[in-house]
Amino acid sequence: MTDRTAEREETALASPPIDWIPILIPVAVALIALPLIGSFSTWVTLTVAALAMGMIIFIMASGLTLVFGLMDVINFGHGVFISVGAYMSLLVLRPLTGWVESPSLALNIGVLVLCILVAMAVSGMFGLVFERLIIRPVYRQHLKQILVTMGGLIIIEQLLHVFFGGSPITIALPQNFRGGLAIGPDMIVERYRLIAVVIGVAVFLAMMLVLNRTRIGLLVRAGVENPEMVEALGYRIRRLFVGVFAAGSALAGLGGVMWGFYQQTLTIGMGLQVLVLIFIVVIIGGLGSIGGCLIGSLLVALVANYTAFLEPKIALISNIALMLVVLMWRPQGLYPVVKV
Amino acid sequence: MLARILSGDTPRSPILTVALLVILFVLTLAPFLFSGAQPLNVAAKICVFILLVASYDLLLGYTGIVSFAHTMFFGIGGYGAAIALSRLGPSWSALALGIFIAIAVAGMVALVIGLFSLRVRAIFFAMITLAVATAFLVLASQLSGFTGGEDGLNYSVPEILRPSFRLFEQPIFGTAVNGRIVTYYIVFFAALFGFLLLLRVVNSPFGSVLQAIRENEFRAEALGYPVVVYRSIASVVSTMMAALAGVLLALWLRYTGPDTTLSFSIMIDVLLMVVIGGMGTLYGAAIGATLMIIAENYLPALMGKLGEAAAGIPLVSSFLSADRWLLWLGILFILSVYFFPTGIVGKLRTLWQDRKSKATQKRDGGTTGEAI
Repeated sequence: MTDRTAEREETALASPPIDWIPILIPVAVALIALPLIGSFSTWVTLTVAALAMGMIIFIMASGLTLVFGLMDVINFGHGVFISVGAYMSLLVLRPLTGWVESPSLALNIGVLVLCILVAMAVSGMFGLVFERLIIRPVYRQHLKQILVTMGGLIIIEQLLHVFFGGSPITIALPQNFRGGLAIGPDMIVERYRLIAVVIGVAVFLAMMLVLNRTRIGLLVRAGVENPEMVEALGYRIRRLFVGVFAAGSALAGLGGVMWGFYQQTLTIGMGLQVLVLIFIVVIIGGLGSIGGCLIGSLLVALVANYTAFLEPKIALISNIALMLVVLMWRPQGLYPVVKV
Repeated sequence: MLARILSGDTPRSPILTVALLVILFVLTLAPFLFSGAQPLNVAAKICVFILLVASYDLLLGYTGIVSFAHTMFFGIGGYGAAIALSRLGPSWSALALGIFIAIAVAGMVALVIGLFSLRVRAIFFAMITLAVATAFLVLASQLSGFTGGEDGLNYSVPEILRPSFRLFEQPIFGTAVNGRIVTYYIVFFAALFGFLLLLRVVNSPFGSVLQAIRENEFRAEALGYPVVVYRSIASVVSTMMAALAGVLLALWLRYTGPDTTLSFSIMIDVLLMVVIGGMGTLYGAAIGATLMIIAENYLPALMGKLGEAAAGIPLVSSFLSADRWLLWLGILFILSVYFFPTGIVGKLRTLWQDRKSKATQKRDGGTTGEAI
């Protein structure tokens, strides 16, 4: 008898089976594209470039989906945190130009790490202030959240104008990250994209581990399910959620650094421009799902790259078309986690 | 009679009534009150934006859904008129065809977007409309053979609407009634008609259902009103009005381009106008649009002077410079979402109601409050 209850508890606690179909879609898209493109080396180059691009998009989008999935807050200001992160890298790059131009790999990596740390710290701080001043009064009111975060976006954008000026600023990649790397005959991948893949994978694993394997992750997930109970057990749920928001903003800052280096030009509107792409990604992936966000990013990047090669005019609307197709199949995105 | 025209939705505040009458009076007689092109431009823009913002309020204020594609439909109207006039020549039939196609396309696109996104949640609608509007902006600026690309389209309008045309031999009240003034009155009356039509819509039983959905989606569904259908219809009506506003702007400017109709900054302006004027009241749209457009045209100059005055202080001057007026509007926007969710109009109405109830209390010896 006792054995049987133990067994039942075990099955109840076992994690639900992984839904494999969405994971297979990017693979299928890549395989379908191969005969259309024709040349194998071109296909590899396009695919690797797209996967790296997808990782950059994932880094930028992960914070938005994290904050939504855990706090049920839709942050239209997320885009401006990306801009903030990108501009903060200037604080490091301007005094440390020597490190950027130095042929030493260690100094190059050092300057990139410093940029990332400063950007994440500052945008995380912005996130704390943003949460306190702008979002706290409108928890659980989506309509007002959209409006006030939009207002916050305008204000922070204008502040960036005040401190950095409106004209575009060019930045240089560290010496060792420039140029391409041959990975086979006629197959070249930009070095910077490889770094993006490494950082993107690290971010994904870190998010999954923290949320699923640590005490803090457990508390946050419990707080989403039943805030009163977690508070009754003596944890300050407010503080946990503020931490989640700051983490989401810091991720946006990290994404901003990566995106800024990728474009090598900083404009104040860059975050807002890329926000549209991020929205498409999180809608495709399922609002609030981190795994869905990763698959959505890769899918968007693959489709964009292939269509740009095959039919440049269609590439302009390939994202929207992809989103509509996915929504026709699964109206809430690939991994629906939204509590309606 | 008057209540009939206003569909029974009176301003309900003396200050608001006066403000609306002043706006109506000035807009009606604008060509004769001011001289020069600039004030008439501002007046025409106010007419167009009152209609655009009122149609947006039908979505945001009455139905409780946020769309970021409203400028897209504004643009569809503008481009509809522009493409018809530039392809088929400056005739009335071309214009009518352009208007018809633009409004039909706007309605259909809105229906498709609504069916995709309104089924799920209001947030999806906001995000998907933003994505679709951006894609449309890219298309409009890339398909230059069709839309004129970044440069937009210049075209001529039917002869009666051209500046060289004279409606009467003699000037009236010292103003020669030329084609521009005829155009102005077309814009004015079309906007007025559209506004009154919207007022009719929101005060109809249909409008009450929309407000019920805004207040409590599940309860409305439980009472037997299909929420998705009502939201989609609201979205279609609203976008058709936006397309009409786009046509009016295209007629007035004789130019249509991405910057005048589609850009995201116009979307932000519309959002600010609705929220500051007052969500959920069409009069708020009128007040918000008028205030914002006057501010947009005359405030930067004022702020420029302030900035010059503070030129000695390094950071303060850059906060006060003419380009930074959006910063202050953003702050005002957030404050109004928090503290005056019903905007200027809502505030005026509650002030007047408080005064009235206080007056009756005093008259009845302060017992009415409990008696009711």
